[in-house]
Amino acid sequence: MAEAGKLVPVPTEQTAQFWRGCARRELRLQQCGDCGRYQFPPQDFCRYCCGARLTWKAVSGRGKVLSWTIVHWSPNPAYAADAPYSLALIQLDEGPRMLTNIIGCPPGPIEIGMQVKVDFEQCGPDILLPKFKVT
Amino acid sequence: MSRYGLRATMAIVGAADTRVGAVPDLSSAQLQTEAARLALADAAISKDQIDGLITCNASVERGPLRTFHAEMVAELLGIKPRFCLTGAVGGALPVLMMEHAAAVIAAGLCNTIVLISADNILSGSKRRVAVPEPWDDPQFEEPYGPTTPAMYALIARAHMHAYGTTSEQFAAVAVACRRHASMTPGAQKREPITIADVLNSRMIADPLHLLDCSLVSDGGAAIVMTAADRAKDFRNKPVYFLGAGEAHPYLSLLHADSLTESGAIESGRQAYAAAGVRPRDIDIAFVYDAFTPMAIIYLEDLGFCPKGEGGRFVEGGNVELGGALPINTHGGLLSYCHAGLANSIFHITEAVRQLRGECGPRQVAGARLAIIHGQGGRASTHGTAILGTEETL
Repeated sequence: MAEAGKLVPVPTEQTAQFWRGCARRELRLQQCGDCGRYQFPPQDFCRYCCGARLTWKAVSGRGKVLSWTIVHWSPNPAYAADAPYSLALIQLDEGPRMLTNIIGCPPGPIEIGMQVKVDFEQCGPDILLPKFKVT
Repeated sequence: MSRYGLRATMAIVGAADTRVGAVPDLSSAQLQTEAARLALADAAISKDQIDGLITCNASVERGPLRTFHAEMVAELLGIKPRFCLTGAVGGALPVLMMEHAAAVIAAGLCNTIVLISADNILSGSKRRVAVPEPWDDPQFEEPYGPTTPAMYALIARAHMHAYGTTSEQFAAVAVACRRHASMTPGAQKREPITIADVLNSRMIADPLHLLDCSLVSDGGAAIVMTAADRAKDFRNKPVYFLGAGEAHPYLSLLHADSLTESGAIESGRQAYAAAGVRPRDIDIAFVYDAFTPMAIIYLEDLGFCPKGEGGRFVEGGNVELGGALPINTHGGLLSYCHAGLANSIFHITEAVRQLRGECGPRQVAGARLAIIHGQGGRASTHGTAILGTEETL
């Protein structure tokens, strides 16, 4: 459960499909019907070709670590209470990048290029938040 | 008119900083007007000679100061400018606004512009908010607990991985800036530090230690700009605007094509072309040092050393006074002042002091050309400008 002060995502019309997928432990991305590219975060049209024919697709949930840090300090007490925690930028096999926490290993033994796979953690009463595990 | 046509069309004839560091007695709006008052005094002109105003928004303001920032500052200054603009791209802004001011003056919209930037995240944030407003995407970034240092730590880590850059090399930037601040009256942090001090300071976001991170400050500064052909009517030795460039490649790191190659490559290329100079011609570099690794990346991207060699470039005092390329001779964001948004204004005012030859013990002998690089966001948006003395025209 999220503690008071942590930011719990509030789905919007634009992002509801993403969060419905997470609730089923499935990572979904928008794919463009014109150029075929995947994008994240969700938006109303394709950010690569401006095409408007977007469909939601379940994707592999696999990717690699582009960079990482261990956070030791936060101005927000709710996050500071969790420190040290990991923060990573990952690139999904389908192309888009996500900011995330690496879970399931003690903070530290993360390396750039490591393969990761999505997992989900409860965040607030209604949200499963995608995080990533080293595979 | 292309940006190349702006070369030496505008000059800086006044420049001043307010007190910086902890200034709890002044709001950010008061710091704005105080900076303007001091810059006008430096230029020895009356406020009625100002017909243009550009302000950089402050992070802590609400109400009219958020929506009508420049107009509010104009009202407080008691001026009725013909041209009035508030900008908002974070730390790149003052550098970008110099170029925009040159274009505005060249287009004849007004003759003499004051550019002000001031903020008070040290005292103002304490008064107004317990926890800063979330900066990153509220659904897809903030839930993971990013902090500003952590986002830059991702960039730092990528540079270490790609090029073998070390924590000691990051620390050398902090040591250089602190040494320069020790020679700058009024700087927020003036006690000299060593590389060991940086490495032994507490970890904020691995690999960034506390002393790799810029300060939290109050302060403001302003410059007075006018058409170059009028500049000699003013009291001070004019400092000429030779050229600038900008780049806006992304806002969120999710959309950065590279973590280690910044928009400074493009903004720098434009600035050098507009000014007609090369990196080896530059006497002093003012690089946006919000975090030590960024100074290294910008020195690379502005062409002072090959990509990946920035860590070695900053070692051994090479970027300190007396070295091959002194940087941030006032102490930069790391040791002089980091007052929230739009801090490259302090890099500009110090460049002006250096090019006028006013810096006393920290004067770079014979300084004629200075480059200033500002950035905003998550190393997202970039402005580079080149200033020179009359000999460089």
